[in-house]
Amino acid sequence: MKSRSPRGELVVVGSLLAAGACAVAFVLLYIFDSHNTQLLGLSLGLALVFLAVASVVAGRKVVDQRKGVEERPVLVQEDVEKEVAERAVALREGVSRRKLIVGAGALAGAGVGVAAIAPLASLGPGNVSETLKASPWKKGVPLVDDNDKLLSVDQFEVGSWTTAFPQHADKRALGSAIVVVQILESEVLKNPQWAPRGIMAYSKVCTHAGCAISLFRYPTYEPTSQPPALVCPCHYSTFDVRKSAEVVFGPAGRPLPQLPLAIDANNNLVAAGNYDGNIGPAWWGVRKGT
Amino acid sequence: MRRPRRSSPRTRMIMVILALVFGAGAVYGFAVGSAGAQKGTSVNPTPATPPTSDAQRQQIARGRTLFLDGCSSCHGNDARGKQNIAPTLVGAGSAAADFYLTTGRMPLSNPTDQPTRAQPAYDRQDIDALDAYVGSLGQGPSIPKVDVAMGNIKNGLASFTLHCAGCHQVGGAGGIVTGAIAPPLNESDITPTQVAEAIRVGPFLMPNFNANQLSDQDINDIARYVRSTVHPDDAGGWGIGHIGPIPEGMIAWFLAIASLLLIARLIGEREPR
Amino acid sequence: MSLLKRRREVSDEEAATDAVRFVDERLGIAPLIRAGMNYLFPDNWTFLFGEIALYAFIVLLITGTYLAFFFDPSTATTTYTGGYAPLHGVQMSEAYNSTLGIAFDVPAGLVIRQTHHWAALVFVVAMVVHLMRVFFTGAFRKPRDANWLIGVTLVTLGIVEGFAGYSLPDDLLSGMGLAIAYGVVLSIPFVGGQLALLIWDGNFPGSSAFVDRLFIVHVFIVPLIILGLIGVHLAIIMRQKHSQFPGPGRTERNVVGTPLWPAYTFRALGMLLATAAVLFLLGGLVQINPVWQYGPYEPWLGTNGAQPDWYMGWLIGALRLMPGFDFTIGDATIAGNPFFGGILFPGVVFTVLYLWPSIERRITKDKRRHDLLDRPRDKPWRTAFGSAFFTWIFTIFVAGAADRILVDVGFPYEGQVIFFRILALVLPVVVFIAVYFVCRELKRSEARPLRHWYGTVVRRADDGSYEEIPVEIDPDGGNGNGTRPTKEEKVGGE
Repeated sequence: MKSRSPRGELVVVGSLLAAGACAVAFVLLYIFDSHNTQLLGLSLGLALVFLAVASVVAGRKVVDQRKGVEERPVLVQEDVEKEVAERAVALREGVSRRKLIVGAGALAGAGVGVAAIAPLASLGPGNVSETLKASPWKKGVPLVDDNDKLLSVDQFEVGSWTTAFPQHADKRALGSAIVVVQILESEVLKNPQWAPRGIMAYSKVCTHAGCAISLFRYPTYEPTSQPPALVCPCHYSTFDVRKSAEVVFGPAGRPLPQLPLAIDANNNLVAAGNYDGNIGPAWWGVRKGT
Repeated sequence: MRRPRRSSPRTRMIMVILALVFGAGAVYGFAVGSAGAQKGTSVNPTPATPPTSDAQRQQIARGRTLFLDGCSSCHGNDARGKQNIAPTLVGAGSAAADFYLTTGRMPLSNPTDQPTRAQPAYDRQDIDALDAYVGSLGQGPSIPKVDVAMGNIKNGLASFTLHCAGCHQVGGAGGIVTGAIAPPLNESDITPTQVAEAIRVGPFLMPNFNANQLSDQDINDIARYVRSTVHPDDAGGWGIGHIGPIPEGMIAWFLAIASLLLIARLIGEREPR
Repeated sequence: MSLLKRRREVSDEEAATDAVRFVDERLGIAPLIRAGMNYLFPDNWTFLFGEIALYAFIVLLITGTYLAFFFDPSTATTTYTGGYAPLHGVQMSEAYNSTLGIAFDVPAGLVIRQTHHWAALVFVVAMVVHLMRVFFTGAFRKPRDANWLIGVTLVTLGIVEGFAGYSLPDDLLSGMGLAIAYGVVLSIPFVGGQLALLIWDGNFPGSSAFVDRLFIVHVFIVPLIILGLIGVHLAIIMRQKHSQFPGPGRTERNVVGTPLWPAYTFRALGMLLATAAVLFLLGGLVQINPVWQYGPYEPWLGTNGAQPDWYMGWLIGALRLMPGFDFTIGDATIAGNPFFGGILFPGVVFTVLYLWPSIERRITKDKRRHDLLDRPRDKPWRTAFGSAFFTWIFTIFVAGAADRILVDVGFPYEGQVIFFRILALVLPVVVFIAVYFVCRELKRSEARPLRHWYGTVVRRADDGSYEEIPVEIDPDGGNGNGTRPTKEEKVGGE
């Protein structure tokens, strides 16, 4: 039998042998060095590469390369279509109360449809508004850091910031996490009564799409840089902390809700009330700007 | 003509109080307004501890000479800053001077530029002198002592993620804040002392952290973590920049699918022949 | 021993007949196998793009099954004691813990995990490239418009599946992505609140049920739907037979191609092996999604430079470019800001894609069946529209991805936002015009190769002398628009 492509056949043989060798190498590596991700990937990958070469050369050179021609299937067969349509509609024959049956069927269908979807509600929420507006803060709740230590004013100086939580609350609750910053008291232009000594707190959940506000920018020298602000890393919504976290840049549509603060007798920070607005991204129950 | 009435005791009291209030306000306004807010320290910085030895005095004097030569054009001959150009250095502390000088961020040619890392303009001795001089101007953070070997990397990662990753990226690759770049920290020329200084000083737009919030041990931990970001554990292979999905997407398009399209071209036919 | 002896005595044909008989006696499918073997594949290389997607999906299924044996979709907290030292003693979810286990403790776990993630990226890339090939060659026209709908659905599902998959490990990066998804769902008018609480089983970050649900969606529900749709997609192709480019011997009524057996089998197998090879090589050599470097997720943590996987990049761009307002009527919030970038924008894109065959049918009034493909230049307006459309999406994608690079070269972020808003509106128009004219020129220069030719024609006059006449060939046979001015006579109607 004459060979269509003798060189091709040699390439196929060589590739297959190489593939086999690489595959064996993979198995050995798996047994003796199974955390060597790079060599494992290399050996398996190369085995596949050689197999691919063998296959492609076989398909392009070694086996029969003749093309074929054939007719496309005719998709439309008018007589059959007509027969199908007539038989479908023939359902009507011998049935008198057609409209009644169809109407009853529609009602049943609607009912069954709703019944089929109804169990999905088990996945669902109870009271939407209450859940979304829930907050563990109220007047007198002490602030703690992520190690549950009470937050003292001594931990702050102008230009510093930290993350805080309500004492004894679930830290993961969306209403729990706050950012606490200190700016100069003279710089506080709005709601100074909530910012004792210039220390102020805001919800850490961005009012745009819910990322954690994890940037605080405080200038060493404001005239040649930028005013103090909290910034979100996701889409760079920027909140001016001199003006109760008013949005000065970015896609957020509402300021960050502010948590009023007070300083207790032990120089620790406590909440002086709940947030002044809704936590997190806007939804239909949020009144404009709150 | 009636005799001028003497003010009542109550009126006198009110006037004294008002005078005190306005006087304090004036002093306050002067201290704040002279060259902008001084972050970290209180508004009226306490004076620094005076030098105790002649060597110290000489170093401070030498620092002052260098200062007048290279820094006073922006920061003023008295180091109290110049309105809209540069802040006062009174109360900045030797840590601030050391940070800015050893990272080459100062001198800054254009006051409105962000100070960025560069080759230091002074050698170690000159920097020491300048540090001493700035430190002598008022009470401010002194150069911190960092012991990286004492640092716990797991605590460092936790602290870094909470306080720093928002700007500097969790792997220390740096990032953006509106108005500035947060520089990358995963570079080998960043020293643990510079990390500690930056944390205490809060350079440019960075916040600052005092010892009650981040203790010296916390700083050891963070410095240790930052150092580890220079050579992260790339168990998976080539790290492609350590900034996540963007280089990964580029590999998928420009390496993976590009090579697969090439292979498809080898397998399939070109135009119908 | 006796088996071997027997094989040497029996010819290949006899052995094959025995095998086929064995199957046929039970299933009666010999005619089916024959039809399959004779099946013709027009095999232009651009017809392999869909196959790349299919093979990437096969790799996903195999590697994914392996991963599912080791991943624990649970938010229960545990303390890490595994193979990655810097996280020893850290509190984390079982989901994150088991992912680290796959990366550092399960033998070959990391190479399989990385191959799986690379395959996910390549799966969507291949589908998009395939979609573009189908679009620009007009392969979506009747009778393939039904298959086009299935294809666009597959792209959507691939994106959803990928997002669900990389959100399973509960790491810092993907957790931030889930928070944004929560914000986007909340922003939906009227039902956003309920829908978000339903999906997450409560307020974000959701109850312990959430990761379980995500897992079932990713491992069972969506792969099943994708598999089913792929099956239908292929079945339709086989029923209709693949389209082909015009060329010698090719008509609307026939198929000219390579038979499945033997040549096409090996070529297709080669493509499968090559795809798997590229994916496994990447899986071993190029790191992807190193979640141990990110740490576990908590809702109060964030990192700079957080990005979604590439196929969601267009959405982060849209979210960043939107001006800062929630859509309100009076005091009531109708749609939160993320609605526009996160729902409306992809909604428009997918609606246009779904409706395109109908739109084109309406514009061209062409309701005929097409089995011969267009080259992009053959339909300048479709190619121009498609180019402009994809340019629009791509510009928004770049807006979301290039912030870092541009800031590094001195282009502040605030300026970038304005720049890209304008570019997203202007560039598609420019691209449309440019591509339209390029296609039209290419088409015309093919139809009339001598158009715009200018030079000297030497003619013999009646008296035997030669005269030289500078000439320009008019491109449109006499109308003379946009030609180089010439004083002499024109040779028209070439």
